[in-house]
Amino acid sequence: MINRRKLLRASAAGAAGLAAGPFVIRDLHAEDAVKIAGIHDTSGGLDIYGKQMVATLDLAVNEVNESGGLLGRKIQLINYDPQSNIQLYTQYATEAATKEKVAVVHGGITSASREAIRPLLKRFNTLYFYNTLYEGGVCDRNIFCTGSTPAQTVEKLVPYVQKKWGKKIYTIAADYNYGQITAKWVKKYAQDNGGEVVQTDFFPLDVTDFGPTVKKIQAAKPDLVMSALVGAAHISFYRQWAAAGMNKQIPLASTTFGNEIVITSPEEHNGYIVAFGYLEGIDTPANKKFVEIVHGKYGIPHMTELATMTYHGLHLWADAVKKANSLDRVKVIEALEGGASYDGPAGKTTIDAKTHHDILDVYIGEARDKKFVVLEKFAQQQPADTQAVCDLKKSPNENKQYVIDVKT
Amino acid sequence: MDYLVILLLQIGSAVASLVLMSIGLAVIFGMMRVINLAHGEFLMLGGYAAITAFNHGVNLWLAMVVVAPLAVGLFGAVVERLVIRHLYGRLIDTMLATWGLSLAMIGFVTVVFGNTVSGISAPLGSLSIGAYRTGAYEIFLIGVAVLLLVAGWLVLRFTRYGLIARGTMQNPAMAAALGTNPSAVYAVTFAVGSALSGLAGGLLAPLSGVVPTIGAAYIAKAFITVISGGAAILSGTAIAATLLGAINTLATFAFTSVLGEVALLVAAVVLLRLLPQGITGRFFRRAL
Repeated sequence: MINRRKLLRASAAGAAGLAAGPFVIRDLHAEDAVKIAGIHDTSGGLDIYGKQMVATLDLAVNEVNESGGLLGRKIQLINYDPQSNIQLYTQYATEAATKEKVAVVHGGITSASREAIRPLLKRFNTLYFYNTLYEGGVCDRNIFCTGSTPAQTVEKLVPYVQKKWGKKIYTIAADYNYGQITAKWVKKYAQDNGGEVVQTDFFPLDVTDFGPTVKKIQAAKPDLVMSALVGAAHISFYRQWAAAGMNKQIPLASTTFGNEIVITSPEEHNGYIVAFGYLEGIDTPANKKFVEIVHGKYGIPHMTELATMTYHGLHLWADAVKKANSLDRVKVIEALEGGASYDGPAGKTTIDAKTHHDILDVYIGEARDKKFVVLEKFAQQQPADTQAVCDLKKSPNENKQYVIDVKT
Repeated sequence: MDYLVILLLQIGSAVASLVLMSIGLAVIFGMMRVINLAHGEFLMLGGYAAITAFNHGVNLWLAMVVVAPLAVGLFGAVVERLVIRHLYGRLIDTMLATWGLSLAMIGFVTVVFGNTVSGISAPLGSLSIGAYRTGAYEIFLIGVAVLLLVAGWLVLRFTRYGLIARGTMQNPAMAAALGTNPSAVYAVTFAVGSALSGLAGGLLAPLSGVVPTIGAAYIAKAFITVISGGAAILSGTAIAATLLGAINTLATFAFTSVLGEVALLVAAVVLLRLLPQGITGRFFRRAL
């Protein structure tokens, strides 16, 4: 008979076994594998992005390992889940850098998480790849930012939709640095193109009631709405916009409408125009194969720029290690600065030595029935926003994120 | 003119959503003096019940109006029997217990449904008023809120259960001496309050979507409305919701949605400073 004490003892033993497991396995590889770390939120509010980033990182690591590994050694990927909690980011980054002594850390989703671990990884001399699209301005020789920044996407998107729909824009954006800066870029490019932004509204990330906004936009009568809304709560806007029938009246463009396409219905999102450094609908053999594997093997329903740039980021790093023929941080950084480039599902991405950001292809796409169809491609866009404030060639010891002042 | 109509409709819809958010809490708090900190999660559960039922082929209206309140009402009844009934009259302890319950519910729902947004599209389409368009569903919600308040008033005023409930609310000991069973009244009241929360959660789901943590977005507003309303469950909630909803909407139209929220909170603070017992603590004291 199982009494309470026996049950306790048994479960304690079980727990101990579980805890001991990873260490045993780790030790088998400890000598020969190249350890790298991925820090992505696979639980909590950002898990929808984190899960696909972990999947593509795993895919890229497997590809490198299958084609012979790095310097004759296999890559061993250690994944950490900071649960959308900034404190855990610093804890795991410290663990990865000091206990595991990883060669590189890929990770961070929000800018807040990046700024939590970036100084820390610099202090521990651990190379860091941040693969998310963000507001731009990070200037630090130890980090490589492979995602797109507003100057790259907004510069193309605004003239495109103004030509298509009209000059008057109503901007709605998330109320934190990404939204604020993106709204400024929208205003700048709208004016440069002979148009205007009639109004800009910012919304804290937890706002779900957009009823008044839907009516305010109607009162302002813009030619189009530009959305830089972010996150789960803001999806309500698209629902309420469609519920009022406005998606048939005033067209909408966005720099952030990505995974939202999975959650909203075709009636709610058809016709929205977006610009990203990657769209799932890119019609190249490389991307089709990539999408097939990620959908099939990893069960990810929809791929975003974040996950694809994570994949590119790992390959950029692996190629640089091969080129440097060393895992030494400085040698790898120098190899990356020497025009490192990777051709993948997102097209060609090249590291800009001056800023450590990506020169990448920007795609304008339209939402059609839960998929983005590519309308136009702009090859090799420079990260002009970060380039305006950051020159790591001239001052390699910089270590900050500039708030880019957009002149409008 | 069109603009005025649309503005009034928007105020109506803001008031309606405040009424829906807080009516379940008002019933439980007003009648039982139990502060249910898991109220937001009851709404969240209603949303998930509706969406899950809908995704399993149940008619959307049935899912929102029948399944959601039934599921959450049953859940509330179970919670009352297991937890709440042991804590009557112990205000702080109930707060602690229901707070724990809210954390457990968030955790449980996250495990089952994942920490991602689910949602359904709002039914009924849209209608145009002059040059403006609005969702017909928002107008439907205004109707539901009015209906709930009127139905609640009729039940409390004219039925036997209403009489017993009011008696128990005013003086449980005397009500017990007259042969009612306060424990049973409380159990039913808690279940009814939960069912109302479930209904509200189901009805609000198409507008705001649901995530396990959405309760946090509801609970503050629900509490502010109920506390500002004061002792009278229905009229207090209705008056407070009207006042706060109007202030919120007008400030949002005039400035931004952030200032709209700020205006709502400032109004509530000023109101409670002037009327510490809530609106119905001073005016309409004999109302329900």
